[in-house]
Amino acid sequence: MSEHGPEGEFDEAAYRAQQRRNANVTALILIAFVVLFFLITIAKLGLAT
Amino acid sequence: MAQSQASLAPALPADWRDLFALTKPRVMSLVVFTGLCGMLAAPGPVHPVLGFSAILAIALGAGASGALNQWYEADIDALMKRTAGRPLPAGRLDRQTALHFGVGLAVFSLLLMYMAANWLATAILAVSILFYVFVYTIWLKPRTPQNIVIGGAAGAFPPLIGWAAVTGDIGLLAVMMFLLTFLWTPPHFWALALFVQSDYAKAGIPMMPVVAGERSTRRQVLFYSLVMAAGAIAPWWPLGLTGAIYGVTAAVMSAIFCALAVPVARRTPLAGDGMKPERQLFAFSLLYLFILYAAVVIDRWMLG
Repeated sequence: MSEHGPEGEFDEAAYRAQQRRNANVTALILIAFVVLFFLITIAKLGLAT
Repeated sequence: MAQSQASLAPALPADWRDLFALTKPRVMSLVVFTGLCGMLAAPGPVHPVLGFSAILAIALGAGASGALNQWYEADIDALMKRTAGRPLPAGRLDRQTALHFGVGLAVFSLLLMYMAANWLATAILAVSILFYVFVYTIWLKPRTPQNIVIGGAAGAFPPLIGWAAVTGDIGLLAVMMFLLTFLWTPPHFWALALFVQSDYAKAGIPMMPVVAGERSTRRQVLFYSLVMAAGAIAPWWPLGLTGAIYGVTAAVMSAIFCALAVPVARRTPLAGDGMKPERQLFAFSLLYLFILYAAVVIDRWMLG
Protein backbone atom coordinates (compact mmCIF):
# COMPACT_ATOMS: atom_id res chain seq x y z
CA MET A 1 0.00 0.00 0.00
CA SER A 2 2.51 2.56 -1.12
CA GLU A 3 0.65 4.87 -3.47
CA HIS A 4 3.06 7.64 -2.51
CA GLY A 5 6.71 7.56 -3.39
CA PRO A 6 9.59 8.19 -0.99
CA GLU A 7 9.01 11.96 -1.20
CA GLY A 8 5.26 11.53 -0.75
CA GLU A 9 4.31 11.99 -4.44
CA PHE A 10 1.47 9.99 -5.97
CA ASP A 11 2.67 6.81 -7.70
CA GLU A 12 0.38 6.56 -10.71
CA ALA A 13 2.01 3.38 -12.01
CA ALA A 14 1.24 1.52 -8.78
CA TYR A 15 -2.31 2.88 -8.83
CA ARG A 16 -2.91 1.72 -12.41
CA ALA A 17 -1.32 -1.69 -11.75
CA GLN A 18 -3.61 -2.21 -8.77
CA GLN A 19 -6.65 -1.16 -10.82
CA ARG A 20 -5.63 -3.58 -13.57
CA ARG A 21 -5.23 -6.48 -11.12
CA ASN A 22 -8.65 -5.82 -9.60
CA ALA A 23 -10.25 -5.47 -13.04
CA ASN A 24 -8.78 -8.81 -14.12
CA VAL A 25 -10.05 -10.58 -11.00
CA THR A 26 -13.51 -8.98 -11.41
CA ALA A 27 -13.64 -10.04 -15.06
CA LEU A 28 -12.75 -13.64 -14.20
CA ILE A 29 -15.41 -13.76 -11.47
CA LEU A 30 -18.04 -12.28 -13.80
CA ILE A 31 -17.22 -14.80 -16.54
CA ALA A 32 -17.45 -17.64 -14.01
CA PHE A 33 -20.88 -16.45 -12.88
CA VAL A 34 -22.15 -16.06 -16.46
CA VAL A 35 -21.14 -19.69 -17.08
CA LEU A 36 -22.70 -20.78 -13.77
CA PHE A 37 -26.01 -19.01 -14.47
CA PHE A 38 -26.10 -20.58 -17.92
CA LEU A 39 -25.55 -24.03 -16.38
CA ILE A 40 -28.20 -23.39 -13.70
CA THR A 41 -30.70 -22.46 -16.42
CA ILE A 42 -29.89 -25.59 -18.42
CA ALA A 43 -30.13 -27.75 -15.27
CA LYS A 44 -33.51 -26.22 -14.38
CA LEU A 45 -34.80 -26.76 -17.92
CA GLY A 46 -33.63 -30.35 -17.69
CA LEU A 47 -35.43 -30.83 -14.37
CA ALA A 48 -38.60 -29.25 -15.77
CA THR A 49 -38.77 -31.68 -18.68
CA MET B 1 3.25 21.58 -0.07
CA ALA B 2 4.35 18.07 -1.00
CA GLN B 3 2.48 16.79 2.02
CA SER B 4 -0.78 18.48 1.03
CA GLN B 5 -0.43 17.09 -2.51
CA ALA B 6 0.05 13.61 -1.05
CA SER B 7 -3.05 13.92 1.09
CA LEU B 8 -5.10 15.01 -1.95
CA ALA B 9 -3.82 12.10 -4.07
CA PRO B 10 -6.25 9.20 -4.44
CA ALA B 11 -5.59 6.15 -2.25
CA LEU B 12 -4.91 2.83 -3.92
CA PRO B 13 -8.03 0.85 -4.85
CA ALA B 14 -8.79 -1.99 -2.43
CA ASP B 15 -6.79 -5.12 -3.17
CA TRP B 16 -9.01 -8.13 -3.98
CA ARG B 17 -7.07 -10.20 -1.43
CA ASP B 18 -8.16 -7.83 1.34
CA LEU B 19 -11.77 -8.17 0.21
CA PHE B 20 -11.33 -11.95 0.27
CA ALA B 21 -9.89 -11.75 3.80
CA LEU B 22 -13.02 -9.84 4.86
CA THR B 23 -15.07 -12.97 4.22
CA LYS B 24 -13.23 -14.94 6.97
CA PRO B 25 -12.24 -17.84 4.66
CA ARG B 26 -11.40 -20.23 7.52
CA VAL B 27 -14.84 -19.86 9.09
CA MET B 28 -16.33 -20.18 5.63
CA SER B 29 -14.69 -23.58 5.13
CA LEU B 30 -16.50 -24.99 8.19
CA VAL B 31 -19.79 -23.45 7.07
CA VAL B 32 -19.41 -24.90 3.56
CA PHE B 33 -18.58 -28.33 4.98
CA THR B 34 -21.59 -28.44 7.34
CA GLY B 35 -23.88 -27.12 4.58
CA LEU B 36 -22.59 -29.77 2.18
CA CYS B 37 -23.16 -32.50 4.80
CA GLY B 38 -26.72 -31.26 5.34
CA MET B 39 -27.26 -31.48 1.60
CA LEU B 40 -25.70 -34.95 1.25
CA ALA B 41 -27.60 -36.32 4.27
CA ALA B 42 -30.96 -35.13 2.92
CA PRO B 43 -33.16 -37.76 1.27
CA GLY B 44 -33.49 -37.32 -2.48
CA PRO B 45 -31.26 -36.57 -5.43
CA VAL B 46 -29.67 -33.23 -6.16
CA HIS B 47 -28.49 -32.00 -9.55
CA PRO B 48 -24.70 -31.46 -9.31
CA VAL B 49 -24.84 -27.94 -10.82
CA LEU B 50 -27.71 -26.87 -8.55
CA GLY B 51 -26.06 -28.48 -5.53
CA PHE B 52 -22.77 -26.72 -6.26
CA SER B 53 -24.57 -23.40 -6.75
CA ALA B 54 -26.46 -23.79 -3.46
CA ILE B 55 -23.21 -24.50 -1.61
CA LEU B 56 -21.60 -21.51 -3.32
CA ALA B 57 -24.56 -19.39 -2.17
CA ILE B 58 -24.03 -20.62 1.42
CA ALA B 59 -20.32 -19.73 1.14
CA LEU B 60 -21.09 -16.26 -0.22
CA GLY B 61 -23.71 -15.71 2.50
CA ALA B 62 -21.18 -16.69 5.15
CA GLY B 63 -18.63 -14.39 3.51
CA ALA B 64 -21.13 -11.53 3.57
CA SER B 65 -21.78 -12.13 7.28
CA GLY B 66 -18.03 -12.11 7.96
CA ALA B 67 -17.53 -8.89 5.98
CA LEU B 68 -20.39 -7.10 7.76
CA ASN B 69 -19.09 -8.37 11.11
CA GLN B 70 -15.64 -6.92 10.37
CA TRP B 71 -17.21 -3.67 9.13
CA TYR B 72 -19.07 -3.24 12.41
CA GLU B 73 -16.22 -4.39 14.67
CA ALA B 74 -13.31 -2.57 13.01
CA ASP B 75 -12.66 -0.43 16.12
CA ILE B 76 -12.77 -3.45 18.45
CA ASP B 77 -10.57 -5.53 16.12
CA ALA B 78 -7.90 -2.81 16.26
CA LEU B 79 -7.59 -3.35 20.03
CA MET B 80 -7.00 -7.11 19.88
CA LYS B 81 -3.69 -8.69 18.88
CA ARG B 82 -5.50 -11.61 17.19
CA THR B 83 -7.50 -9.32 14.89
CA ALA B 84 -5.38 -6.16 14.55
CA GLY B 85 -3.91 -7.37 11.26
CA ARG B 86 -7.31 -7.62 9.53
CA PRO B 87 -7.76 -5.35 6.48
CA LEU B 88 -9.92 -2.69 8.22
CA PRO B 89 -7.98 -2.14 11.47
CA ALA B 90 -4.70 -2.37 9.53
CA GLY B 91 -5.92 0.46 7.25
CA ARG B 92 -5.69 -1.48 3.98
CA LEU B 93 -9.39 -1.02 3.32
CA ASP B 94 -11.95 1.67 4.17
CA ARG B 95 -15.14 0.90 6.05
CA GLN B 96 -17.51 2.04 3.32
CA THR B 97 -15.96 -0.41 0.84
CA ALA B 98 -16.39 -3.20 3.40
CA LEU B 99 -20.03 -2.27 3.98
CA HIS B 100 -20.84 -2.13 0.27
CA PHE B 101 -18.99 -5.40 -0.34
CA GLY B 102 -20.83 -7.15 2.52
CA VAL B 103 -24.31 -5.96 1.55
CA GLY B 104 -23.69 -6.70 -2.14
CA LEU B 105 -22.42 -10.18 -1.37
CA ALA B 106 -25.42 -10.88 0.90
CA VAL B 107 -27.95 -9.84 -1.76
CA PHE B 108 -26.11 -11.79 -4.45
CA SER B 109 -25.91 -14.95 -2.29
CA LEU B 110 -29.69 -14.84 -1.75
CA LEU B 111 -30.36 -14.38 -5.48
CA LEU B 112 -28.06 -17.27 -6.31
CA MET B 113 -29.70 -19.51 -3.68
CA TYR B 114 -33.17 -18.72 -5.01
CA MET B 115 -32.07 -19.50 -8.56
CA ALA B 116 -30.38 -22.75 -7.58
CA ALA B 117 -32.76 -24.07 -4.92
CA ASN B 118 -36.03 -22.81 -3.46
CA TRP B 119 -37.57 -20.06 -1.33
CA LEU B 120 -37.19 -21.99 1.97
CA ALA B 121 -33.41 -22.40 1.59
CA THR B 122 -33.22 -18.73 0.56
CA ALA B 123 -35.28 -17.65 3.58
CA ILE B 124 -33.10 -19.63 6.03
CA LEU B 125 -29.95 -18.20 4.42
CA ALA B 126 -31.39 -14.68 4.82
CA VAL B 127 -32.26 -15.37 8.47
CA SER B 128 -28.75 -16.72 9.13
CA ILE B 129 -27.09 -13.59 7.67
CA LEU B 130 -29.43 -11.21 9.52
CA PHE B 131 -29.08 -13.20 12.75
CA TYR B 132 -25.27 -13.11 12.61
CA VAL B 133 -25.09 -9.40 11.83
CA PHE B 134 -27.94 -7.91 13.88
CA VAL B 135 -28.56 -10.39 16.73
CA TYR B 136 -25.01 -11.65 17.35
CA THR B 137 -22.62 -8.91 16.17
CA ILE B 138 -24.58 -5.76 16.95
CA TRP B 139 -26.90 -6.80 19.80
CA LEU B 140 -25.50 -9.73 21.84
CA LYS B 141 -21.72 -9.65 21.48
CA PRO B 142 -21.05 -6.27 23.13
CA ARG B 143 -23.74 -6.78 25.81
CA THR B 144 -23.82 -10.24 27.35
CA PRO B 145 -21.46 -13.13 28.17
CA GLN B 146 -24.20 -15.41 26.78
CA ASN B 147 -23.39 -13.96 23.31
CA ILE B 148 -21.84 -17.22 22.15
CA VAL B 149 -24.66 -19.42 23.50
CA ILE B 150 -27.43 -17.62 21.58
CA GLY B 151 -25.22 -16.37 18.74
CA GLY B 152 -24.11 -19.95 18.07
CA ALA B 153 -27.37 -20.39 16.18
CA ALA B 154 -25.98 -18.21 13.38
CA GLY B 155 -23.24 -20.71 12.56
CA ALA B 156 -25.60 -23.66 12.94
CA PHE B 157 -27.92 -22.81 10.03
CA PRO B 158 -25.88 -24.23 7.06
CA PRO B 159 -26.95 -27.90 7.44
CA LEU B 160 -30.58 -26.72 7.56
CA ILE B 161 -30.00 -24.68 4.39
CA GLY B 162 -28.30 -27.59 2.61
CA TRP B 163 -31.12 -29.95 3.59
CA ALA B 164 -33.84 -27.46 2.57
CA ALA B 165 -32.12 -26.85 -0.78
CA VAL B 166 -32.59 -30.55 -1.63
CA THR B 167 -35.98 -31.35 -0.09
CA GLY B 168 -37.78 -28.01 0.15
CA ASP B 169 -38.60 -28.73 3.80
CA ILE B 170 -36.84 -29.25 7.14
CA GLY B 171 -36.37 -32.78 8.46
CA LEU B 172 -35.77 -33.83 12.07
CA LEU B 173 -32.22 -35.00 11.27
CA ALA B 174 -31.46 -31.54 9.84
CA VAL B 175 -32.73 -29.99 13.08
CA MET B 176 -30.48 -32.35 15.07
CA MET B 177 -27.49 -31.32 12.90
CA PHE B 178 -28.38 -27.69 13.64
CA LEU B 179 -28.56 -28.54 17.34
CA LEU B 180 -25.16 -30.24 17.25
CA THR B 181 -23.38 -27.09 16.00
CA PHE B 182 -25.49 -24.91 18.32
CA LEU B 183 -24.47 -26.92 21.42
CA TRP B 184 -20.87 -27.31 20.22
CA THR B 185 -20.31 -23.55 19.93
CA PRO B 186 -20.10 -22.62 23.67
CA PRO B 187 -17.38 -25.12 24.72
CA HIS B 188 -15.49 -24.46 21.47
CA PHE B 189 -15.44 -20.67 21.89
CA TRP B 190 -14.97 -20.62 25.65
CA ALA B 191 -11.93 -22.90 25.30
CA LEU B 192 -10.56 -20.24 22.90
CA ALA B 193 -11.67 -17.39 25.18
CA LEU B 194 -9.77 -18.93 28.11
CA PHE B 195 -6.43 -18.54 26.36
CA VAL B 196 -7.10 -15.20 24.62
CA GLN B 197 -9.12 -13.57 27.41
CA SER B 198 -6.70 -10.69 27.89
CA ASP B 199 -7.42 -9.70 24.27
CA TYR B 200 -11.18 -9.72 24.88
CA ALA B 201 -10.80 -7.79 28.16
CA LYS B 202 -8.71 -5.14 26.40
CA ALA B 203 -11.42 -4.71 23.76
CA GLY B 204 -14.19 -4.59 26.39
CA ILE B 205 -16.04 -7.61 24.98
CA PRO B 206 -17.97 -9.35 27.78
CA MET B 207 -16.80 -12.87 27.03
CA MET B 208 -17.57 -15.38 29.77
CA PRO B 209 -14.05 -15.55 31.32
CA VAL B 210 -13.89 -11.74 31.44
CA VAL B 211 -17.29 -11.27 33.12
CA ALA B 212 -18.02 -14.44 35.12
CA GLY B 213 -14.41 -15.36 35.82
CA GLU B 214 -12.27 -18.29 34.82
CA ARG B 215 -13.57 -20.76 37.40
CA SER B 216 -17.18 -20.36 36.31
CA THR B 217 -16.25 -20.53 32.61
CA ARG B 218 -14.32 -23.75 33.15
CA ARG B 219 -17.33 -25.35 34.87
CA GLN B 220 -19.59 -24.22 32.04
CA VAL B 221 -17.24 -25.67 29.42
CA LEU B 222 -17.71 -29.09 31.02
CA PHE B 223 -21.48 -28.60 31.47
CA TYR B 224 -22.01 -27.63 27.82
CA SER B 225 -19.71 -30.45 26.66
CA LEU B 226 -21.97 -32.96 28.42
CA VAL B 227 -25.13 -31.38 26.99
CA MET B 228 -23.49 -31.35 23.54
CA ALA B 229 -22.55 -35.03 23.89
CA ALA B 230 -26.19 -35.90 24.67
CA GLY B 231 -27.32 -33.85 21.66
CA ALA B 232 -24.72 -35.53 19.44
CA ILE B 233 -25.77 -39.07 20.36
CA ALA B 234 -29.52 -38.33 20.26
CA PRO B 235 -29.93 -38.80 16.46
CA TRP B 236 -28.82 -42.44 16.98
CA TRP B 237 -30.39 -43.06 20.37
CA PRO B 238 -33.18 -42.51 21.28
CA LEU B 239 -34.38 -40.94 18.00
CA GLY B 240 -33.16 -43.68 15.64
CA LEU B 241 -32.56 -41.25 12.77
CA THR B 242 -29.09 -42.67 12.00
CA GLY B 243 -27.40 -46.05 12.17
CA ALA B 244 -24.55 -47.45 14.21
CA ILE B 245 -21.79 -45.85 12.10
CA TYR B 246 -22.82 -42.41 13.24
CA GLY B 247 -23.87 -43.62 16.71
CA VAL B 248 -20.55 -45.23 17.59
CA THR B 249 -18.57 -42.35 16.07
CA ALA B 250 -20.62 -39.80 18.03
CA ALA B 251 -20.28 -41.78 21.29
CA VAL B 252 -16.50 -42.22 20.98
CA MET B 253 -15.78 -38.66 19.84
CA SER B 254 -18.08 -37.18 22.50
CA ALA B 255 -16.38 -39.28 25.20
CA ILE B 256 -12.98 -37.92 24.11
CA PHE B 257 -14.39 -34.36 24.01
CA CYS B 258 -15.72 -34.67 27.58
CA ALA B 259 -12.48 -36.33 28.73
CA LEU B 260 -10.57 -33.30 27.39
CA ALA B 261 -13.06 -30.91 29.03
CA VAL B 262 -12.59 -32.47 32.50
CA PRO B 263 -9.00 -31.20 33.06
CA VAL B 264 -10.02 -27.81 31.66
CA ALA B 265 -12.83 -27.65 34.23
CA ARG B 266 -10.76 -28.87 37.18
CA ARG B 267 -7.45 -27.10 36.85
CA THR B 268 -6.21 -23.75 38.05
CA PRO B 269 -3.68 -22.49 35.53
CA LEU B 270 -0.35 -21.16 36.63
CA ALA B 271 1.08 -18.01 35.11
CA GLY B 272 2.82 -18.82 31.81
CA ASP B 273 1.84 -22.51 31.73
CA GLY B 274 0.85 -22.29 28.05
CA MET B 275 -2.81 -23.29 28.64
CA LYS B 276 -2.17 -26.65 26.96
CA PRO B 277 -5.44 -28.41 28.00
CA GLU B 278 -7.52 -25.45 26.73
CA ARG B 279 -5.62 -25.37 23.43
CA GLN B 280 -6.03 -29.16 23.08
CA LEU B 281 -9.78 -28.93 23.67
CA PHE B 282 -10.11 -26.09 21.15
CA ALA B 283 -8.17 -27.99 18.47
CA PHE B 284 -10.08 -31.22 19.11
CA SER B 285 -13.43 -29.42 18.98
CA LEU B 286 -12.76 -28.52 15.31
CA LEU B 287 -11.89 -32.12 14.44
CA TYR B 288 -14.95 -33.30 16.41
CA LEU B 289 -17.42 -31.32 14.33
CA PHE B 290 -15.84 -32.31 11.00
CA ILE B 291 -15.83 -36.01 11.91
CA LEU B 292 -19.39 -36.08 13.25
CA TYR B 293 -20.83 -34.35 10.18
CA ALA B 294 -18.86 -36.68 7.90
CA ALA B 295 -20.19 -39.64 9.94
CA VAL B 296 -23.81 -38.52 9.38
CA VAL B 297 -23.25 -38.54 5.61
CA ILE B 298 -21.36 -41.84 5.55
CA ASP B 299 -24.02 -43.42 7.76
CA ARG B 300 -26.87 -42.22 5.54
CA TRP B 301 -25.13 -43.37 2.37
CA MET B 302 -24.04 -46.78 3.67
CA LEU B 303 -26.98 -47.70 5.87
CA GLY B 304 -29.69 -45.66 4.13
